[in-house]
Amino acid sequence: MYIIVAGGGKVGSNSTRSLLQMGHEVTLIEQRPDRFARLEEEFGPVVMRGDATEISVLERAGIARPPELLLAVTGDDEDNLVISQIAKEGYGVDKAIARVNDPRNQPHFDLLGVRQTVCATTSILGLVEHEVPEHGLVRLLQLQEEGLEVVEVQIESNSPVAGSRVGGLKLPEGSRLISVFRHGRTELVEPSTVMRPGDQVLAVVQNDAALDLRKALLGAPK
Amino acid sequence: MKAVVIGCGRVGSAVAKGLLADGWDVTAVDETEDALMRLGPTWPGGFVIGHGLDTSVLEQAGIEDTDAAVVATDGDNTNVVLGQVLQKRYGTRTVVVRVLDPARAKFYADRGLNTVCPTQTAISTLLETVQKSAPERAEAS
Repeated sequence: MYIIVAGGGKVGSNSTRSLLQMGHEVTLIEQRPDRFARLEEEFGPVVMRGDATEISVLERAGIARPPELLLAVTGDDEDNLVISQIAKEGYGVDKAIARVNDPRNQPHFDLLGVRQTVCATTSILGLVEHEVPEHGLVRLLQLQEEGLEVVEVQIESNSPVAGSRVGGLKLPEGSRLISVFRHGRTELVEPSTVMRPGDQVLAVVQNDAALDLRKALLGAPK
Repeated sequence: MKAVVIGCGRVGSAVAKGLLADGWDVTAVDETEDALMRLGPTWPGGFVIGHGLDTSVLEQAGIEDTDAAVVATDGDNTNVVLGQVLQKRYGTRTVVVRVLDPARAKFYADRGLNTVCPTQTAISTLLETVQKSAPERAEAS
């Protein structure tokens, strides 16, 4: 497929290399002259020099074809937002993935309809939380368009559900338990599965049911 | 009537002073304290230091109950993003955004943002002035 990558920093250049190796057609846009020169040595005519927030530059990169995918991965959040908006709203690009550099800007991306975002800080914090489940609930994956969230809950010895069969539990609306990880093995949850302290329960929840699910499985937070 | 002016350079500071002279209750926002100097030694309005996309800065400037906002930082992309945030998140009634790049100004104007493009104004004025000054040549050719 045809892919435009806006921003030739570490994220953009490594993505370009991988996408080319996968056999995709890529145009990489980079503004800074010194960075552009280095990228051109490696990628040749795949790299284009210019400001990807300028409509004429995007047009030269073939935004009107349109590409099947656009990656807005510059180091500037406003630039990534504007590139994504021009691509989606102006040229009907179906998929635009934007990099969020400062997680405090995430609400702005959500508000302006740029739904597919990647934020390194948030991902790393998610992994940290996964290792240190402080509040008993870890948000593993958010599927914004679908309004779904995949979460993990660790059952404690004082959890109200410890020792109960899943089939007999009253779980909040919009939540499903998927699997239980115990003793190094994962089992899919059946109505007959019994919750044990130490179990790591994987669940899918709709919209904002995550906290209700935590309450149902772990009781009210202390 | 309350107004918030975000970006207090040559344009923003002049707009802030103009609104104040007209009797508006004005709060200016800028990333640096130096901007306060452009507002004059006895600026009686509000002044908040910080980035316009930082919602705590906006709220400190009173964005939630402002009647109008002028967005004139030195970054076009910051301005169009900020303008949309003010419209969509805070429901600010009047939002005016400065955009230097004519193409981006038009793109966002077509999508309901009130953009002002000084570059386009300069282009039009320059063209008009020259065209008016040489009517004979234009007709002769």
